[in-house]
Amino acid sequence: MNASLNPFSSASATANDDPFVGNTSNNTEPDLVIALKDVVAVLGNFPALAGVSITVQRGEIVLLKGPNGAGKTTLLRLCAGLLPVERGAATILGFDLVTQRQLVRPHVGLLGHQNGLYLDLSVRENVEFWGRTVGASAHEIAGAMSRMGVSGRLADVGVRKLSAGQKRRTSLACLVARRAQVWLLDEPHAGLDAAGRDELDATLGQAANSGATILVASHELERAGGLATRSVDVVAGQAITDSNESQGTE
Amino acid sequence: MITVACLIAAKDLRVERRSKIVTNQVLPFAGITMVSFAFALDKQNVLDTVAPGLVWLATMFSLLVIVQRTFAIETDDGALDAMRVAGVDPRAIFVGKAMALGFQLLVLEAMLFGAAVIFYGESIPSNNAFGSVVLLVTTMLSATCGLAAVGTLYGGLAAGFKGSETLLPLLTLPAVAPVLIGATKAVESAVGTSGAVVSEGWQWVGLLTLFAVAAVVGGALAFGPLIDD
Repeated sequence: MNASLNPFSSASATANDDPFVGNTSNNTEPDLVIALKDVVAVLGNFPALAGVSITVQRGEIVLLKGPNGAGKTTLLRLCAGLLPVERGAATILGFDLVTQRQLVRPHVGLLGHQNGLYLDLSVRENVEFWGRTVGASAHEIAGAMSRMGVSGRLADVGVRKLSAGQKRRTSLACLVARRAQVWLLDEPHAGLDAAGRDELDATLGQAANSGATILVASHELERAGGLATRSVDVVAGQAITDSNESQGTE
Repeated sequence: MITVACLIAAKDLRVERRSKIVTNQVLPFAGITMVSFAFALDKQNVLDTVAPGLVWLATMFSLLVIVQRTFAIETDDGALDAMRVAGVDPRAIFVGKAMALGFQLLVLEAMLFGAAVIFYGESIPSNNAFGSVVLLVTTMLSATCGLAAVGTLYGGLAAGFKGSETLLPLLTLPAVAPVLIGATKAVESAVGTSGAVVSEGWQWVGLLTLFAVAAVVGGALAFGPLIDD
């Protein structure tokens, strides 16, 4: 699992035209996207993460397993640059989460229980808005909508009128349009019917094949486990056991 | 930053055009407030004296409703969090939302001044009509900048708290008190209330402008840390 190069250092940028992969990276090892080592994060006075180590390669879909309160959502928020690293070393796409937390954010997308959409705008207007915040072209925006299956007749429908699955796909189209390279998904299947779940799984599989790196926190192990390339146990916020690669910190 | 700010302002105005909350709810609320003041005071000489203050009071109350609305569209489905995660420059969020809020406030103020003419019998003095109109317009613009900046700043702060509906007035009304005082005095000079003359109003416009500059600069600097973490 460990890269031959030091995963906790930064280096030069590379370019990539794939909309799933984005255009910017700061990583010495192009395939190593997430590298956390003995990371501690605190919520208030509570150590929500206490010694987490994990590495994730480009194109992987990693399932985070664990009971409620184990720290799965906290780990996703930390990877999104929303929580400071109290101790340990952490890089996302080569950006140091300790010192470059703000710089990580444009390259990651966090999809939690909410979709981050404007309910009074149409699908197209939402995707255009998020795409244009990063200067995406009309072609890129149309491509993102097409790949997520929200182009055509659905494009001009108000988000308020969409089904839960269609809202999820619209939200993912927004992630693609704003060139997120790392997708952090918190219970993405929640609220979806069987058809919506199948659609979402197909979408995530397609995105990973195109180079997106995906972390999924889920309680639905059967569903998400089938989708993931490997799984990681989050245990009481104190340790992560990388089940495939034995890099636990217990 | 300016491009993203314009995107955010355009998005906010598009949402408003689609939902018509300000048009169908806030403007009627402001109109009813003006009529209620007229019924409560019910003496023409009193109304003549207090009309400028009543217009700005109605503006303040309406400001609170519009600010609640402008941040509700960001929090309904987690869009404000999504903007933070996306690394959108907080200054662009602040400026964009303040621009959209300011535009809506200007429309509201124009309606309220019209209502003051109809319900309170206010008018521009004929001896210096041009000077009065310039003072009135300048007052509206400078006061609106200050109100929009303060409203956006505290709206963003309150959006992250439970009970934001009650927290917002508590934070905002004391902070905009200088605008209420300055704008009322300036408009009194513009319409000649109690013998005031236009030249007396410009010092108040100066105060409003200073307040607006401080609110915009302070707001742009403070907005990021306020909505983050």
